[in-house]
Amino acid sequence: MQIEIITPDSTLFNGEASLVQLPGKDGSFEILNNHAPIISVLRAGKIKLVGKDKQTQFFEVKGGVVEVKKNKIIVLAE
Amino acid sequence: MPSLKEVRTRINSVISTKQITSAMKMVSAAKLRRAQTSILKLRPYSAKLNEILSRLKSSVGTAEEAVYFRQNKLNHVLLVIVTSNRGLCGAFNSNVIKLALQTIREKYPEQQKNGQMSLLCIGKKGGEYFQRRKFQIVGQNNQIFDQLTYENSLQISSMLMKAFVDGQYDRIEIIYNQFRNAAVQTLVCEQYLPVPEVKEAGNKIDQTEYIFEPDQASIVSELVPKTLKVQVYKALLDSFASEHGARMTAMHKATDNADNILKELRLTYNKARQASITKEILEIISGANALKG
Repeated sequence: MQIEIITPDSTLFNGEASLVQLPGKDGSFEILNNHAPIISVLRAGKIKLVGKDKQTQFFEVKGGVVEVKKNKIIVLAE
Repeated sequence: MPSLKEVRTRINSVISTKQITSAMKMVSAAKLRRAQTSILKLRPYSAKLNEILSRLKSSVGTAEEAVYFRQNKLNHVLLVIVTSNRGLCGAFNSNVIKLALQTIREKYPEQQKNGQMSLLCIGKKGGEYFQRRKFQIVGQNNQIFDQLTYENSLQISSMLMKAFVDGQYDRIEIIYNQFRNAAVQTLVCEQYLPVPEVKEAGNKIDQTEYIFEPDQASIVSELVPKTLKVQVYKALLDSFASEHGARMTAMHKATDNADNILKELRLTYNKARQASITKEILEIISGANALKG
């Protein structure tokens, strides 16, 4: 699935991922392939991202919004 | 015919002016590049944010619960006028001021008459102009352009949002130059608060059922302020990039103009020089002839 993490100042990540773990406001949650459409609010924390090649990356965010739809994730971080 | 010395002085002064304008052009070009990258990075962010908000709106149906949508009777109006701190950028500032005056005259004559029209000036130039003409200025912020970051812009946006929520103003509009490219800026007057009707996303059939986490109301209350903050930051960045673009173009024109003037002056100088040489030769010859006599 496609994921894009952007902040007001830059694009942190844009590419393919097989697993994304997000710090939701009411607790951390994971998104896998074919997740149902969701809009959620994030709190400060780390976004864990497992790429197609099984490599794990972390991104620090101070909050934000995430939208998932048809295997496309958009994270508007702060 | 001006004397040789006069022309020489003018040539020298034009040369030094040209040096200044071309240096300013270089500086603006460098600053423009930086400002341009930041605005171009922010645009997709703000577009996505608006997209999500418009999707949410179609799902939420009534977002009226959010205080930022409140439509009050139009009593107090605040205009946020974004200009630059420095001049020498062509019609950049005067265009903003003109649009501000026009907006006040055409849209809010009542409020202006009753003293319910307030201005918030960002940038020295607009502030000076409106202060001199005794407009009601509630605030001025000139330092923001020294270090334009999202964090610094929050100061202005949170102030605006608070003033609106507290009922100090019934409408807030922002006037600024939107950046198109180095040579072109578009003047815009945007309604900031209350949030204007959120535009529907292009395809209306899109009625995806979303899961809302934690729930719609809290997402709206999180998303709307965020959009508003980004909107102010975007306006400031737009204006900043436009300013440097405008200055670069203005200085480029000034340099070109200096070149033209120099060309003409050199022509006059050489003409005067030739005339004086001819005159001297004539004098010598006629003197010699007289001696031969």
